[in-house]
Amino acid sequence: MSVLVFIEAKSKVSKAALEAVSYGSKIGSTTVITYGNINEQELNIIGEYGGEKILVNRSLNESNDQQLTNLISAAVEHTGANVVVISQDQTGKSIGPRVAAKLNAGHVSGAISLPETANGFVVNTNVFSGKAMAKIAVHSEIKVISLLPNSHAPVKTNGSATIEEFNADLGEGKIIVKELKTQGEGIPLPEAELVVSAGRGLKGPENWGIVEDLASTIGATTACSRPVADIGWRPHHEHVGQTGIAIRPNLYIAAGISGAIQHLAGVNGSKVIVVINTDSEAPFFKAADYGIIGDAFEVLPRLNEAFKKFQSSQN
Amino acid sequence: MKLLVCISKVPDTTSKINFVDNNTKFDESGVQYIVNPYDEWYALVRALELVEKHGGTVTTITVGTNADDPTIRKALAIGANDAVRIDANPNDPFFVAKQIANYASNENFDIVLTGKETINYNGSQIGGMVAELLDVPYISLATKLDVDGETATLERDVQGGVEVVEVNTPFVLSASKGMAEQRIPNMRGIMAARTKPLNVIPAVEIENLTSVLSYSLPDAKSGCKYIDPENMDELVDLLHNEAKVI
Repeated sequence: MSVLVFIEAKSKVSKAALEAVSYGSKIGSTTVITYGNINEQELNIIGEYGGEKILVNRSLNESNDQQLTNLISAAVEHTGANVVVISQDQTGKSIGPRVAAKLNAGHVSGAISLPETANGFVVNTNVFSGKAMAKIAVHSEIKVISLLPNSHAPVKTNGSATIEEFNADLGEGKIIVKELKTQGEGIPLPEAELVVSAGRGLKGPENWGIVEDLASTIGATTACSRPVADIGWRPHHEHVGQTGIAIRPNLYIAAGISGAIQHLAGVNGSKVIVVINTDSEAPFFKAADYGIIGDAFEVLPRLNEAFKKFQSSQN
Repeated sequence: MKLLVCISKVPDTTSKINFVDNNTKFDESGVQYIVNPYDEWYALVRALELVEKHGGTVTTITVGTNADDPTIRKALAIGANDAVRIDANPNDPFFVAKQIANYASNENFDIVLTGKETINYNGSQIGGMVAELLDVPYISLATKLDVDGETATLERDVQGGVEVVEVNTPFVLSASKGMAEQRIPNMRGIMAARTKPLNVIPAVEIENLTSVLSYSLPDAKSGCKYIDPENMDELVDLLHNEAKVI
């Protein structure tokens, strides 16, 4: 099969992008389409993860859904790809379905497995906010797969990719970006492998230092429960759960969060869950791999020290 | 202003998720259906606020069977002027998008609003597909929407931040948390909803591009291993040697 992977790489090739490239290369011969001013040295990383050819459009600088859709469909035509892979980050959510509709292609949203092709073309996806999985069969000639971040570990190969400039009629960009308010440095939650999260059990925003200290020791991203975001202790972009962000880190450490079903819906894709709570009856313990019945104010600093000790023993 | 809001029914957020018929069908027994929260709390309520401010109408559209009518009436009770139901089983996102686009293409809506995803299939697909089929811009994951004449200003979630964008009508958006606050319908709204128009339209024929073969539930956790709160070295050791995540 011939695969086209779209990645957004404004200055850097992200981990989510490498996941998509690596995933594509497991399906077939993979061409990558991207845009913007990213330098060739950075693009070379794509070759190390299975991309064979890179098409880069230098005329487009902004993520504009109609222009990106035109770019991707032109690249599909150019390469004759029959599978399109897009990482389902925010940009992916915007253009994946759009590209599928343009190509008259069946779309798999939230893919978590490679396609099974023994009998048709079948991909596993997450449904019911991570509470179940579905096997989706795609019947169209071209297939579009939106890959859930953190669901396919990128594998390094010894390959390298050729880089070509790619121009196409992109049409007019109708969305004008006035301003970008960044959330600062750090790994965005959907891509984070390690997450430290806390809830109302922390009693007030002034107590978040112990959460941030632990996160910074292990290089984790911080998160919070819905009530904490709703009362303004923490910013909304940190809220994980059914109505917030759904995440799939390798390690999720939750302190002072009882584990309501809506919170679990956003985090039960985590590989390992550690729950810290004073209440031994907290429902979260049922979803946890490791549980600590204790006070977050004592346990978090102690865990931070234990990690520091472990890190110095590794050096 | 003429606004169209896409409404879908979903199982209540506290529903137990099980499957029947050899894991090919969602087990509906004992399940209470609600309007998809993203469609209701954010898309519908913001549409109503805009019409209250600028004048106009809010129509809801649903692809579904008469089992959807109670949730459609709920949307009417919250304040939508009228409702359209395309009479078909919504089994494939492209099929659904095509029905909505087919209806909307003749009606000159200024904005088509959807929730950012449904909480059952989590597909985030309908808005983008409808936008492509109507050949208009799509602003996904919008958390804020204001309209001044033909120009709308929106905020949307992008990687690592929030983007402020401007776009002219017509366009499609998907609404995320922050766009509006939930509204509870009052008795007058509930009474009025009974007589508001709910137009049932036959579906146009389109082949499904995808289908669900079966469902499964994630493996149950093998059980929680409890660790002495005094002994965090043991936890770090387990995370490193047993779980291998550190």
